[in-house]
Amino acid sequence: MEKFILHTGSAIPLRRSNVDTDQIIPAVYLKRVTRSGFEDGLFSAWRSDPEFVLNKPEYAKASILVAGVDFGTGSSREHAVWALQNYGFKAVISSRFADIFRGNSLKGGLLTVILPQEQVEALWLAIESDPTTQVTVDLESRTVTYNDATCSFELDDYTRWRLMEGLDDIGLTLRHVDVVTSFEEKRAQFKPKTLPALAE
Amino acid sequence: MGKTLAEKIWEDHVVRRADGEPDLLYIDLHLIHEVTSPQAFDGLRLNNRKIRRPDLTIATEDHNTPTQNIDQPIADPVSKLQVDTLRKNCAEFGVRIHSLGDIEQGIVHVVGPQLGLTQPGMTIVCGDSHTSTHGAFGALAFGIGTSEVEHVMATQTLPLARPKTMAINVEGKLKPGVTSKDIILAIIAKIGTGGGQGYVLEYRGSAIRELSMEGRMTICNMSIEAGARAGLIAPDATTFNYIKGKPHAPKGADWDAAIAYWSTLVTDSDAKFDMEINLDANELAPFVTWGTNPGQGLPLNSNVPNPAEIADAEARGAAERALIYMDLTAGTPLKSIKIDTVFLGSCTNGRIEDLRAAAEVIKNKKIASSLRMLVVPGSARVRLQAESEGLDKVFIDAGAEWRNAGCSMCLGMNPDQLKPGERSASTSNRNFEGRQGKGGRTHLVSPLVAAATALRGTLSSPADL
Repeated sequence: MEKFILHTGSAIPLRRSNVDTDQIIPAVYLKRVTRSGFEDGLFSAWRSDPEFVLNKPEYAKASILVAGVDFGTGSSREHAVWALQNYGFKAVISSRFADIFRGNSLKGGLLTVILPQEQVEALWLAIESDPTTQVTVDLESRTVTYNDATCSFELDDYTRWRLMEGLDDIGLTLRHVDVVTSFEEKRAQFKPKTLPALAE
Repeated sequence: MGKTLAEKIWEDHVVRRADGEPDLLYIDLHLIHEVTSPQAFDGLRLNNRKIRRPDLTIATEDHNTPTQNIDQPIADPVSKLQVDTLRKNCAEFGVRIHSLGDIEQGIVHVVGPQLGLTQPGMTIVCGDSHTSTHGAFGALAFGIGTSEVEHVMATQTLPLARPKTMAINVEGKLKPGVTSKDIILAIIAKIGTGGGQGYVLEYRGSAIRELSMEGRMTICNMSIEAGARAGLIAPDATTFNYIKGKPHAPKGADWDAAIAYWSTLVTDSDAKFDMEINLDANELAPFVTWGTNPGQGLPLNSNVPNPAEIADAEARGAAERALIYMDLTAGTPLKSIKIDTVFLGSCTNGRIEDLRAAAEVIKNKKIASSLRMLVVPGSARVRLQAESEGLDKVFIDAGAEWRNAGCSMCLGMNPDQLKPGERSASTSNRNFEGRQGKGGRTHLVSPLVAAATALRGTLSSPADL
């Protein structure tokens, strides 16, 4: 996984609440067996509308998405994270994310930043009045800065460390494989196994 | 201080706990399907890793599979490739799979319980947010992303931050015609689609205890629609009776040991939840959604709400957008809304009791000529059971289509989709924009409301017949 330490770029305002993962990427795009190429499905239903913010040339180069409350609700599809990353987003800012989407994003290196709604509003106003506004998301200091504003955000130390080092969770867990083995030795015998397959 | 049910199951599965790190939890059962697994299998191959416990892993084909002509190759080449990829991956990594045409094939959340693989006190995960369904057995069950699927495959564990707990107390007695679907739609309307974020929900109270296992599954299934990754119901005699005799249920001395453990799986009387919500079952009526998220629901006897009367600016904006998408006018009685398609099925309401309830309403009647009705059993076994009871004939004689098992029109990944502008009454779980087909409009309902709607052509309950 690519390390995330600091990212500076322009930002795009998505003034909608409850953007579910079916809107981020509809199910018809989930039939692929790869991790790349999902950018064409990103917000696909809305992109046919020329007024949709992603279609506006002034936001074409944006790499930070500033979204409404409850972003990423619904389906667990990690394709939503891939679609945002494939399109070029490095970070998403909102006042609240759905649990599974947030987990997926932080596993995959897409930084989801939680700011209070009034700070999201202020950021929306700034990037709407000047779409070239440069926004910096700094994981080292856990801040979002633009113009004269500095907003602090919270992220637990462990996840921050993992993102800054670009570490893959599986490798970290496999360091403790002996603990897993000894846990398995004590598991109750009545717990079901899928193999061999038993029938009615 | 005592522990909640969720805390007990959590503590029983902690493999490793370290300061400043998430707990490492052991996973008892990993369910797999074709959509969220191919990239995880690829990751294993790239890193030369195996599946640690194929004997705690099971796969089925459900999201993409057609519900007609299932003896033919899948017509959509992209769907076919995804299903073929799952078959190849399962063969390579030694995973048990139930493919289209197999008697155990079906929606992953219907298959687990019917095989007896879903049991109290387990941790169960799947790359599908409706994994919360299995919480009905008193299992801690939740949806995960593909990175986590790969993590479970490689290690049989997941690093997770401990969730908060919320009690949802539903006391009283449901009126006739009111079902578990109406309970959960009312809960989501009350707490909102984000209300459960960060929590495990525990459904409690006399109305919950009265429900069958299938009714309980419907409630836990939609926990995610309230933002909660998992929902739980403490196991009791109803649970034990349901599991007993299933293919993978414990037997002999194992059964006794299991019952002894399962009986400890209740929230202690002195345990404290982080939050409590109360709902009066006596007051509930058949519920239906009018908007584009599952929290936008009202009793069927209501009118389409007027966004101008919604105080919260965010909710008002969402309601305005929803009414435009749904092509509805404020003040319109919900019961006057004309429906084009009725969908009876999904992991929410595609079980035998759901089909029986709908068939009872429809028996010896004809569906309205203005609409089509799709009946899609949740699994091949549910289909066979229904056919042995003659339910297929009831639906076919009424003019409905009797299909093979799968996720079908719940998410429209297979050919079963709404056309742009079409309106459905659907027993599924999500009314998001375009969920059942681009431009399609969805009203979430119970199987009883679906059946009555099919007969009258407008949103209706059996009491309207």
